[in-house]
Amino acid sequence: MNLYTRRRVINVINLSLSVFMTAFGLFWLVWLMWTLFSNGFQWLGPEIFTKNTPPPGSAGGLANAIMGSLIITGVATLIGTPVGVLVGTYLAEFGRFSRIAAAVRFVNDVLLSAPSIIIGVFIYEVFVVTTGHFSGWAGALALSLIIIPVVTRTTEDMMRLVPDSLREAAAALGAARWKVVSSIVYRASMTGILTGVLLGFARISGETAPLLFTALNNQFWSTDMSHPMPNLPVVIFQFAMSPYEDWHHLAWAGALLITLSVLALNIVARTVLRPRRIER
Amino acid sequence: MSPNGTLSFKTMTREPEQRLPGGTKVPYPEPLPLEERDEAAITEIENPKIQINDLNFYYGKYRALESISMQVAEKRVTAFIGPSGCGKSTLLRSFNRIYELYPEQRATGEILFDGSNILDKKQDVTLLRAKVGMVFQKPTPFPMSIYDNIAFGIRLYERLSRTEMADRIEWALHKAALWNEVKDKLKQSGARLSGGQQQRLCIARAIAVKPEVLLLDEPASALDPISTAHIEELIDELKSDYTIVIVTHNMQQAARVSDYTAFMYLGKLIEFGKTGTIFTNPRRKETEDYITGRYG
Repeated sequence: MNLYTRRRVINVINLSLSVFMTAFGLFWLVWLMWTLFSNGFQWLGPEIFTKNTPPPGSAGGLANAIMGSLIITGVATLIGTPVGVLVGTYLAEFGRFSRIAAAVRFVNDVLLSAPSIIIGVFIYEVFVVTTGHFSGWAGALALSLIIIPVVTRTTEDMMRLVPDSLREAAAALGAARWKVVSSIVYRASMTGILTGVLLGFARISGETAPLLFTALNNQFWSTDMSHPMPNLPVVIFQFAMSPYEDWHHLAWAGALLITLSVLALNIVARTVLRPRRIER
Repeated sequence: MSPNGTLSFKTMTREPEQRLPGGTKVPYPEPLPLEERDEAAITEIENPKIQINDLNFYYGKYRALESISMQVAEKRVTAFIGPSGCGKSTLLRSFNRIYELYPEQRATGEILFDGSNILDKKQDVTLLRAKVGMVFQKPTPFPMSIYDNIAFGIRLYERLSRTEMADRIEWALHKAALWNEVKDKLKQSGARLSGGQQQRLCIARAIAVKPEVLLLDEPASALDPISTAHIEELIDELKSDYTIVIVTHNMQQAARVSDYTAFMYLGKLIEFGKTGTIFTNPRRKETEDYITGRYG
């Protein structure tokens, strides 16, 4: 076998392996979506959005859980975004050459991959135990700890994509450091940062473990964040673990609902907010 | 090397070798003895805009400039030439202290701007950069409209009414010979202009804050020949109002646009003088080797 044939054979083997592995990965994903659709779609009626979670044996919906989830993830994003963006700004701009920044970056990466149940236990210990009861605030706090490292990381990455020549050009006009960051760098990296926030929101909207220890759950409509709050992931968890048939149906519907919203958010992030090529 | 045939050479670079009838080579003038050369090869300028005294520059521990001393003449074009890595951009970047963005870079010595040392800690860099504008090698339009690109710098220093601002922007774009091409699309993104237009936008942006000195760091090296010609014509027009310092890789460009030329090599200033003299009768061997293309 000469060199050329050998190269071609190796090329064909590698190419088929990667195609096969891609198909393998997609297979599970499609199967997952299929299972969700086939089990959940039939229960996804209008009453899902209008009725609260029912006691076993009677009809109901997920309205309170949907509302609770929106509030908790919304508040978590509101807390997490400014913190994450500012930390990312520090890492990308002000602490670029410092050792402290390197340490912060490392800690942030650890936090990024920390099991979310640990964050739930932590907030349980420092917030739920101190205040004496489960609450929506505790849930939002736990989720904000999960979204902060995500936003921090994307912000830093996106700001670093802005070429130094742009910073130099602004500084050469006499703009102070903060002016360069706020008027030039943010503007150039805005869509990327927004995408990061949106993907972070999608990420925390499905987190269950931290909410089990913090927001817990609530059978009733509740928008009071100082009390236990209903939310989709925990409802799915409890209903799916229950022996009741109609709770199972609601759990499937809820699971499909979360998946569809995460999918929608991802699509929005990748199309509407697609980071435009940053101009030199 | 000539970017455009239509350009006139103000100064001819000399042929590498001349032969007498009969084939005898005309020898180059022997370089002056070393001790005389150092003095003789750096021309003094009276009433300089910028006076550099014993300037050293460090990237961390690496010394990139070695005791540079020279002057920059007011309302003239001074060109820095030399092979890559010789320190010409580094020297330019110390005139507005832009290197300070990177903490491992530092300069020692004196750069006197109208007599006061700008390397002094007390010097306000914002005020310095208001007086010393800079244009970079790659065009760097900000991610905003053409109008805002120019207004950005002005707003740092002045509060102008809408009409005053519009007038100033028009003035700057006229100065940069870009007005006719963009007057109908001032709200359009600066990034959508061509490379040459972007570079003139950057020049307009620098001029708009009314600096006294313009630093041009290889302003035409990323441009096509026609845009290069535009930029060179522009430099010629601007020099009646501004002190211009230009770094260039292109010796013909230096010969065409500059009044004074500094030749740098390995972090040292080898020779500095009138452009005509440098290109026709260099006093040092290294300069001669470089301009005749023997290295670099």
